[in-house]
Amino acid sequence: MVPLTAYLVLAAALFCIGAFGALARKNAVAVLMGIELMLNAININLVAFWRYTAVSQMAGQLFAIFVITVAAAEAAVGLALFIAIYRQRQTVNVEEIDTMKG
Amino acid sequence: MQPVIFGILALVTLGAAVMVVTTRNLLHAALWLILAFLGIAGIFILLHAEFLAVTQVLIYVGAISTLIIFAIMLTRNLMDPRQPRFNSQWGLVAGFAALLFVALAAIATRVAWPVAAADVPADAISRLGADFVGPYVVPFEVASVLLVVAMIGAIIIARERE
Repeated sequence: MVPLTAYLVLAAALFCIGAFGALARKNAVAVLMGIELMLNAININLVAFWRYTAVSQMAGQLFAIFVITVAAAEAAVGLALFIAIYRQRQTVNVEEIDTMKG
Repeated sequence: MQPVIFGILALVTLGAAVMVVTTRNLLHAALWLILAFLGIAGIFILLHAEFLAVTQVLIYVGAISTLIIFAIMLTRNLMDPRQPRFNSQWGLVAGFAALLFVALAAIATRVAWPVAAADVPADAISRLGADFVGPYVVPFEVASVLLVVAMIGAIIIARERE
């Protein structure tokens, strides 16, 4: 069987790639894609820990399902926001959406 | 055999993820994201979480990726291929991400996790369902309310102003 640490390192790598995407990209939808990658990395972690430490309880899978649910809700609202912003300002470049900048 | 499959899935997932965050064309990035989601679904199957793998494909590939592609197409500006992909702080972010990965990998490999080599229960899915309406019924109902609120909110936010 593959050791637990392999899954954890995979999840860590995926999380860091997602973090880079969320922080370094200019387009707002690309930022959202980075966030989705991070959430998927978290899910891999949850399911790997469930499989290797607490298989008899389903709490690990349950938690992952709730993460997927919240990610779906957040993606829907976030993309609706981007569409509304684009309609107003003709851009989804995060550097140009700075009305609240102090 | 399992390490080989894990290696292939891990390479596919990480490669697709790198392409998501670096490719210039946003639509290509969405397609690479779909490949990453499929790779993660494969990882879930390897971990004996079949229901979660199917849920992953249904919701992430089926709904969220479609939503992302819709949003990309609705927010297209004509200057797309010529705009730079990264903002001014991308070097700093790359360094931070590398540092974070080193820290997380160091922790993951050094801690003695309480690994218990057990078998997946045969009635895992019915246990999952029983847990949803048993001990975890409150988060379940709250998640339903959250989805309704998100749906209504998304419709109102993206509505055309008359």
